Amino acid sequence: MLPYPHRHLLALQGLEPPYIADLLDLAESYALLNRSGKTQRDLLKGRTLINLFFEDSTRTRTSFELAGKRLGADVINMSVSNSSVNKGETLLDTASTLNAMHCDLLVVRHAQSGAPALLSQKVDAAVINAGDGTHEHPTQALLDALTIRRRKGQLENLTVAICGDVLHSRVARSNIHLLLAMNCRVRLVGPPTLIPAEAGRLGVEVFHDMKAGLKDVDVVMMLRLQKERMAGGLVPSAREFFRFYGLDAAKLALAKPDAIVMHPGPMNRGVEIDSAIADDPVRSVIGEQVEMGVAVRMAVLDILSRNQRRNAR
Amino acid sequence: MSLTTIPDTLFVNARLVDPASGLDAPGSLLVSGGRIADHGGSLGQPDGATVIDCGGAVLAPGLVDLRAALGEPGAEYRETIESAAIAAAAGGITTVCALPDTQPALDDPALVQFLLRKGEATGSLSVLPYGAATKGCAGQELSEFGLLKEAGAIAFTDGGKAIANARTMRLALSYARAFGAFVVQHPEEPALAKGGAATEGEQATRMGLPGIPPAAEAMMVMRDIALARLTGGHVHFAHVSTAAALELIRGAKAEGLKVTCDTAPPYFDLNETAIGDFRTYAKLSPPLRREEDRLAVVAALADGTVDAIASDHQPADPDDKRLPFAQASAGGTGLATLLGITLARVHAGDLQLGTALALLTSRPAALLGIEAGRLERGAPADLVLFDLERAWKVEAGKLPGKAQNSPFDGRALEGRVLGTWKAGRRVFG
Repeated sequence: MLPYPHRHLLALQGLEPPYIADLLDLAESYALLNRSGKTQRDLLKGRTLINLFFEDSTRTRTSFELAGKRLGADVINMSVSNSSVNKGETLLDTASTLNAMHCDLLVVRHAQSGAPALLSQKVDAAVINAGDGTHEHPTQALLDALTIRRRKGQLENLTVAICGDVLHSRVARSNIHLLLAMNCRVRLVGPPTLIPAEAGRLGVEVFHDMKAGLKDVDVVMMLRLQKERMAGGLVPSAREFFRFYGLDAAKLALAKPDAIVMHPGPMNRGVEIDSAIADDPVRSVIGEQVEMGVAVRMAVLDILSRNQRRNAR
Repeated sequence: MSLTTIPDTLFVNARLVDPASGLDAPGSLLVSGGRIADHGGSLGQPDGATVIDCGGAVLAPGLVDLRAALGEPGAEYRETIESAAIAAAAGGITTVCALPDTQPALDDPALVQFLLRKGEATGSLSVLPYGAATKGCAGQELSEFGLLKEAGAIAFTDGGKAIANARTMRLALSYARAFGAFVVQHPEEPALAKGGAATEGEQATRMGLPGIPPAAEAMMVMRDIALARLTGGHVHFAHVSTAAALELIRGAKAEGLKVTCDTAPPYFDLNETAIGDFRTYAKLSPPLRREEDRLAVVAALADGTVDAIASDHQPADPDDKRLPFAQASAGGTGLATLLGITLARVHAGDLQLGTALALLTSRPAALLGIEAGRLERGAPADLVLFDLERAWKVEAGKLPGKAQNSPFDGRALEGRVLGTWKAGRRVFG
């Protein structure tokens, strides 16, 4: 296994395929370990992991917390209220506070793109981006990749449709970078108002007709549509969105017969996904995504702390 | 120190460049009583004159900067007129037009006079304040153009804010004609720019930043050209940065409308990739554009479509910039780097030296109707002496003046100011 070349995990853009494959292999082994009920509580013993969440999240925070605890780290959750987020000094003041606490691993979620990168310049800890604005959410894409690889037996040469509100999705951006690096064909499906400008220049194909976009795909990745998008006029109504861009049985029928359905959660049932699809035990892998989330985060914590140990020597 | 007590100064062994007359020749220049007394191939040395051997360096008119935020009143923690004057002198700038979107805005004659006095007090920099086009730069009611002009306002603008309402802009262009003044527009359609942090496109998409479409600039330019045609007024577009807007301005000029424009060094030296890694020092308004747009700006400098290069100096303090990108304030310093970045286009072969200097001196001076910007007998002895070849590096943290938020941090340049003179008195070097 190659030593991971960075101190932090801030983005997947630019991360070379061998490192992605290594991370997934390691995560796979943690997935097996987790299923066996065993733990490795000595690996991060005596290390401090801080979950610094400037934005509400239950799922991701819990997943990192569990990952840290299964590896034996001391895990602390810090939620910073929205009122103080707006003060820029707070972010860097927080950095000096964290340095004083001798935090080793810092998991950051922030509503602003680039906030974890800014923090990483000021803290001694290894920073893991747990979602920044509409930029990236690297561990989500890694867990999605691991889920796909387990279900499909491979990651390369698949066709993946990422559907819905791509414009505001950090999950989509990280997935685009990872899937393209692993030689998948990536399609973006959504109304023009929810597809980012010049998305085609990233190397993806863009579809505004969901039926065409889903034709013969191996993986359907749905994204959450936030209610505020309706208020902002980007989508006229939830019912119109569901009619044209919601995943239902009729649209899914155009994908390959064994195509899997993914969603990063939390879902808006009846807005971007029909309940019957979300709960379909054969097609939906949403539950497995959550399970792989813990394994992927264990692998990320492991690899970054290996780097810290190597640098300390 | 009154002007008459300054001894005469004789510059010898200079490369005299006067873009207004097309002069570019070796020679000497004599300054007497704060004004240019004579220049030519060789001049006699008057008794008691200070002699400056220029060593073949370029002696040109001091730069006339059409656009700078100077921090006063209201943002003295970012910059003061005193600190801006230090940066300007180091950059060879001897005249600067100060933006009025201050706190409070320059919408009262007393505030205009306050800025003029502050400028005089520096002894090194003429500060020509813009009057606010609308009260409080709020974009609603016109301010008192006549009284402001009498007090010394050079022209009218709302600074970094677009005059968004078409009727207000129509009235401003129309009313300004009574006082022979022009109206400066920040050409950006606010409804399209709202919340944006970078030019919409691949770069912003990758970084997950809210975008401003380049068309936001062209739309406002198109509208205001129509209003200039309607009113007969003179509209000046500031920091024009896109190919589409420049093409519209080129057309309006060909039509004979009173339409002028300036651009600023970031728009012909940098493109949007400078914001990579969330570099907030490269967050500007308008945002840095694509390479095609940068090339179009360079072409418009060369073909005369652009009337002036302004510093577009926008001081920020570290806390304004040490923020996540979308929350950081927009704008970069520009006084100390105006000449150096412009000369980079000369070294690159895109511009003749005379053309480049005209954009920094005689052309903005002609636009403003002031006597600066020329090496002419009787003209004020505002001068810059620079070595066209001398290398230096822009380093944020080590720039003259207070504000350090240069988008050019780390940029290596050729062409360094050796000395600056204001009304015959040496103020730098």
